[in-house]
Amino acid sequence: MSRLYPFHGGLKTVRHKTESNQQPIQRAALPRRLMVPLRQHIGAMAKPVVASGDQVLKGQMIGQADGYISAAIHAPTSGRVATVETRPVPHPSGLPDLCVVIDSDGEERWVERQPVDYRALHPSELRNILRNAGVVGLGGAAFPSAVKLNLSGHRERLETLILNGAECEPWITCDDRLMREQAAGIVAGLHVMVHLLEPREVLIGIEDDKPEAIAAMIEACAGTGYEVRPAPTRYPSGSVKQLVKLLTGKETPVEGLPIDVGVQCFNVATAYTVHRAVDHGEPVISRTVTVTGHVRQPGNFQALLGTPFAELVEQAGGYQEGVERLIMGGPMMGFALHSDEVPLTKAANCILAASAEELAPTQPVMPCIRCGACVDVCPANLLPQQLYWHARAKEFDKAQDYHLFSCIECGCCSTVCPSHIPLVQYYRYAKNEIWAQEKEKQKAELARQRHQARLERLEREKQEREAKLRQKAPARAARAESEGGGKLDIETAVARAKPHPDAANPAATRQQDA
Amino acid sequence: MRFKIVTSPHIAQNVSVGQVMRRVLYAMVPGIAALTWFFGWGILINLVIATVVALLAETVMLAVRGKPLALHLSDFSAVVTAGLLAVALPPLAPWWLTTLGILFAIVVAKHLYGGLGYNPFNPAMVGYVVLLTSFPREMSAWLIPHGLDQPHALTLLETLQAIFHSELPARFTLDALTGATPLDALRTQIGLGLTVTEIRNSPVFGMVAGQGWEWATLSFLAGGLWLVQTRTADWRIPAGMLSGLAVIATVFYLIDPQHYAPPWFHLWSGAAIFGAFFIATDPVTASATPHGRLIYGVGIGVLVYIIRGFGGYPDGVAFSVLLMNIAAPTIDLYTQPRVFGARRG
Repeated sequence: MSRLYPFHGGLKTVRHKTESNQQPIQRAALPRRLMVPLRQHIGAMAKPVVASGDQVLKGQMIGQADGYISAAIHAPTSGRVATVETRPVPHPSGLPDLCVVIDSDGEERWVERQPVDYRALHPSELRNILRNAGVVGLGGAAFPSAVKLNLSGHRERLETLILNGAECEPWITCDDRLMREQAAGIVAGLHVMVHLLEPREVLIGIEDDKPEAIAAMIEACAGTGYEVRPAPTRYPSGSVKQLVKLLTGKETPVEGLPIDVGVQCFNVATAYTVHRAVDHGEPVISRTVTVTGHVRQPGNFQALLGTPFAELVEQAGGYQEGVERLIMGGPMMGFALHSDEVPLTKAANCILAASAEELAPTQPVMPCIRCGACVDVCPANLLPQQLYWHARAKEFDKAQDYHLFSCIECGCCSTVCPSHIPLVQYYRYAKNEIWAQEKEKQKAELARQRHQARLERLEREKQEREAKLRQKAPARAARAESEGGGKLDIETAVARAKPHPDAANPAATRQQDA
Repeated sequence: MRFKIVTSPHIAQNVSVGQVMRRVLYAMVPGIAALTWFFGWGILINLVIATVVALLAETVMLAVRGKPLALHLSDFSAVVTAGLLAVALPPLAPWWLTTLGILFAIVVAKHLYGGLGYNPFNPAMVGYVVLLTSFPREMSAWLIPHGLDQPHALTLLETLQAIFHSELPARFTLDALTGATPLDALRTQIGLGLTVTEIRNSPVFGMVAGQGWEWATLSFLAGGLWLVQTRTADWRIPAGMLSGLAVIATVFYLIDPQHYAPPWFHLWSGAAIFGAFFIATDPVTASATPHGRLIYGVGIGVLVYIIRGFGGYPDGVAFSVLLMNIAAPTIDLYTQPRVFGARRG
């Protein structure tokens, strides 16, 4: 067994894995109507390439990747585009976003699928295929994978490629089930990634509370040289920087990416979609999602993107009495949703219906007693109580001195705080305020530069005009004199030589311009 | 369906300030029991007086400051302050002495200095120091431990009489009941030119430190280790304090063993163990960084030795803790841990 490099802090959390990981992944029923958001990834929103009334086939591109950091979106089933409009989507902001609404025809007619031999393709062609297949990180961040599969500009060679099967959040089991059932497919996708990145070693990190998944992956990796590394169950071992540290001992620099230390990391489910895209020609139109918590039959579903959460909950037996909160993702980092009338997206690994039984009771907040429990659990090795102190006092510069932006919002500090202080909430607030201030500053700086440029321009124009008049004035005067002209002409010339009243008073012109 | 919006994390461990404070109280039980055994009812009566006064003062101050009463009274922090101060007082301390100390601790050192979480000094130690400097005679009148010269003599009723009316039964005089503490004896007699060996032959001393005292220390150590084991107290503070004290005591002991008491005597005497696990570990007033807590502890240990050996008082835990309390913010500033991914060195 190879050695592990434990990261600082972390927690043993409740697990709640067995509620949903005992049965195989079920195919979710085809919804009558799908709402497919055009922004299901980090980066630019996909450009819609269909309009209402269009007939679409299953797997047909309906949104085109727009720019380098973007990914395509596809019709999850065949049918008719009802409309392209703004709809509620599952996003922490709670804001609606542009969706393609498709009424399914129930026939599931596929677009023509073109499997390719990845070995025969140029890397850039292969990346293009993945981009056009809408492959993004399925661990939750949904970063376009094609970008991460391109080393150029970063370094000559990758040291380590890590496949993340840690799944450290309580309740979530979609990766667990996928590894048990589709280990071969995951490894096939891994081959494609290895082909593109040519890493020196390939490590697969899985928390040791998933012995079946570990066994399945070890079997599938036999003879490939890829190493499965069981890791102790300790939240947040599935967080990228923590997993990289755990498996390689390398610390991703502050404000840096794992690639800066020669490591690249993908989720196991992402590898599976790479396999489907390359070896089957299927774009990302579905994903495995855990539906669990206070529902009657928790489990995992292979569901089409755009399927309303409400229908998935229905297939998990419906809500039990007393559901208070609907969470997308896990209980540590997931966000609460207003409504279950939002569609499944690529980033949605779990739908957790939580009642008082699952949730932390709301408790009155006490003053911080500086006990340091938060310091002990912080995986970023921060001083959460100092960050809290400064965030609360709105001393944002001091919060940044204490490395606010190294906080990964894993939630460990909040869960161990005996004073029940919502620490992570304070850090989010401070980050947002700092971002807002920086935007303000940039805006002000831009306005200042423009104003400066305008003043300079006016001054230049004024001087040019004066110079011109000065050149012309003596000539004109001479001409007038030679023509025997009167005093009047000279006066006119002098008056003309005077600067324009507006030019002499920039403030007045500015007001007019405004 | 519509749902409530609450930000993550959505789960929490079952911990609270009240739980932390209650654990400190539980951990004091063995030590209090041992003290009661050796010094009689006075210990318990002091505890009761201190707790009642502390809760009353806390209630009034919370009300004045407009804080929710039930929430803050149930955090047990006032009771902890009462407990820490009460066990540090002489067993026959008059009731007004205890009351005054607690009032100063709760009203001034806790609430006027900012309230729970904001007070820069350990309230119990502020109260103790106020008493020690204002009423040195009352504060040094420690009873002779039971089993030394006499079986423990005062009944509950007689103890109450002594505490509330300053009346001793006719068969005792105060001088017969009280005596110097081991640290006090050591100090005075070294001052008189005796050697440590000679002094340690006196019946005040037991196997390691003072007769009776050493058992109370052992009991506090047991409770303190439990606090560390349950992570209620950070191990770094007692480890730092005791090693700081041990190292400096060893150095002086090696220089002149006849003039300086051995390190084990220092570790086991006075409030060293109690202070290391129960006083210095008060998180509000201690350093908050991992390295800082070690330094903070070492600082207290060294100061304790300096005050014991060269200062005007037989023991120095209270002064040392207060001195390091005020150094804690500076220590924190210079001992920030290396953030994940930051360059080493």
